[in-house]
Amino acid sequence: MIMLEKRPQPSQGWTLATPILAVLLTMLVGGALFAALGKDPLVTIRTIFYDPLFSEFAWYYRPQLLVKGAPLVLIAIGLSFGFRAGVWNIGAEGQYIIGAICGAAVGLALYPMESVFIFPAMVIAGALGGMLWAMIPGILRVKFGTNEILVSLMLVYVAEQLLASMALGTLRNPEGMGFPGSRNLSQYPSAANLELISGSGMHWGVVAAFIAVIFAYIMLSRHIFGFQVRLSGLAPRAAAFSGVNPGRLILLCMAISGGLAGLAGLFEVAGPAGQISIDFNVGYGFTAIIVAFLGRLHPVGILLAGGLMALTYIGGEIAQSKLGLPGGAIQLLQGMLLFFLLAVDVLTHYRVRFGQGEVA
Amino acid sequence: MDLSSINPILLLASLMVAATPIMLAAIGELVVERSGVLNLGVEGMMITGAVCGFIVSVSTGSPWIGFIGAAIGGAILASLFGVLTQYLLSNQVATGLALTLFGLGLSALMGQGYIGIKAPSFPDWHIPLLGDIPVIGPIVFQHDPMVYVGLLIVLAVWAFLKFSRAGLILRAVGENHDAAHALGYKVKRVRMLAIMFGGACAGLGGAYLSLVRVPQWTEGMTAGAGWIALAIVVFASWKPGRLLLGAYLFGGVTVLQLNLQAAGMAIPVEYLSMAPYLATTVVLVIMRAGRAPGSLGRIFHASR
Repeated sequence: MIMLEKRPQPSQGWTLATPILAVLLTMLVGGALFAALGKDPLVTIRTIFYDPLFSEFAWYYRPQLLVKGAPLVLIAIGLSFGFRAGVWNIGAEGQYIIGAICGAAVGLALYPMESVFIFPAMVIAGALGGMLWAMIPGILRVKFGTNEILVSLMLVYVAEQLLASMALGTLRNPEGMGFPGSRNLSQYPSAANLELISGSGMHWGVVAAFIAVIFAYIMLSRHIFGFQVRLSGLAPRAAAFSGVNPGRLILLCMAISGGLAGLAGLFEVAGPAGQISIDFNVGYGFTAIIVAFLGRLHPVGILLAGGLMALTYIGGEIAQSKLGLPGGAIQLLQGMLLFFLLAVDVLTHYRVRFGQGEVA
Repeated sequence: MDLSSINPILLLASLMVAATPIMLAAIGELVVERSGVLNLGVEGMMITGAVCGFIVSVSTGSPWIGFIGAAIGGAILASLFGVLTQYLLSNQVATGLALTLFGLGLSALMGQGYIGIKAPSFPDWHIPLLGDIPVIGPIVFQHDPMVYVGLLIVLAVWAFLKFSRAGLILRAVGENHDAAHALGYKVKRVRMLAIMFGGACAGLGGAYLSLVRVPQWTEGMTAGAGWIALAIVVFASWKPGRLLLGAYLFGGVTVLQLNLQAAGMAIPVEYLSMAPYLATTVVLVIMRAGRAPGSLGRIFHASR
């Protein structure tokens, strides 16, 4: 009989090995799935995981890795604080949208003025927008004990409707012949979030993502706030006795995750997406949840996981156009990855024993 | 705006229809949570049910078989969650989220060839005698059978939890799994069954959307209904009676905003469409939730 025995401490080796094991399992089962769909599994797996990096067209795909990875890493870093402390902000998608709307609104209001201060103002507005949107579930949780999971999620749908209203009404391009969508911010020099080095994919959002990783690493390992976050997650009662103010911690975690999600939205709308449109959001806010867990809620891990998830996005697009792989397959692959990770995680916290265990 | 174009009888009648998918998903989740498991994957199970039900009923031509297929699909997906949380002891919040993401991807993949097809029709019942009562007849007794199946499930769950021995065991497991284990109840088995029942109900709710309410398959068609169902369970303080109230309240808001849209209210459509989500939030804030089951969301590991 197989028995599980709780480890006194999580295994260090398995903590590092489980994400890799999960990726391998996903490739294996994903390959079987592709075979069932009538595709050659080896070719498909290679197209998704290998071609974007090393094929003859990789010069085109590699910059995309930064473009797609940056918002994922930025959002996931923010989420990791809350997830560690047991604050479940899963409405990052909504905060991302609101950040984009607020930032873009500032830029559009100042059009066609040219100034070096416009882009920084948009960045601040984007971060504030996301932060305030995240404060709604935060404050409701602290003041009324409302479940922040449900409220933050409800607000995603509200934000999506708001986005539609903005793209069709308030922020619509007055010179756009009545088509939905705002002016193209990437053609407005003061507001554009252009590539810093041409052809590299490196824009301000990527810079912000790297800064966020370093910042989060220092916060978690060196700062009292990081200690409080970790303590509250591991032992809430001990945290309360040691003087952690739970309300303040919840609000801070929500503010950080909302602010970073808002930033990600702003950088996306001013750069790669270019304009506010009905469907400019592509679910980064939800995928970032997978990134956060796959990266073990650790900043460096999140950086790597964000890269991997960006790879599946790009590889998925290639597989869609070259092999005719259905779009849903990649989403399924990403969900599967999180499933396998959670499943093999049992090895980190428990030791597997075979045979009848002796009675203590 | 022309408010007189809104017919109160039709409004109340469509309220019952609008409440049904949420009610079905919520009653399943209520049982799951009473057994001490928090499954946040309702949205994923609902949409999987929606696509399974649609595919089965299109290929067999029978909505009834479609609903059965949806329930089975939902239960299979839920059992994935069950194995992970009960036997591999994973975090329930994270696993539930994974289930939702997985379900959305799976349904998009499965439903690819079915976009734009119409579901076989599922005629309304005109219950003789009762359906002929003025006012009440059209409101309550002239719906499709699933409306009544939903109500029956709620009633059955209420009776099961309140009067049956199995219901008592389920509640014991949910209140204190260590004590229940010490008494010799199979905590994991009880929870697995509850989780699968929850999945089947969510699947039925999803299929109600794709087979009756819309009736078509579109990607992401549940649009947060699963999350609203979760909110309604909290609103209901884990009691079936209040769950009914919550589902009808929600159905009322949905139907009212749709009617206001149709009547040409001066508020833009997008803001009216926010109403159900905002109403859910407001309800969550105002209604003090009752006491949650004692072991809700905690991992059970029988240590020796």
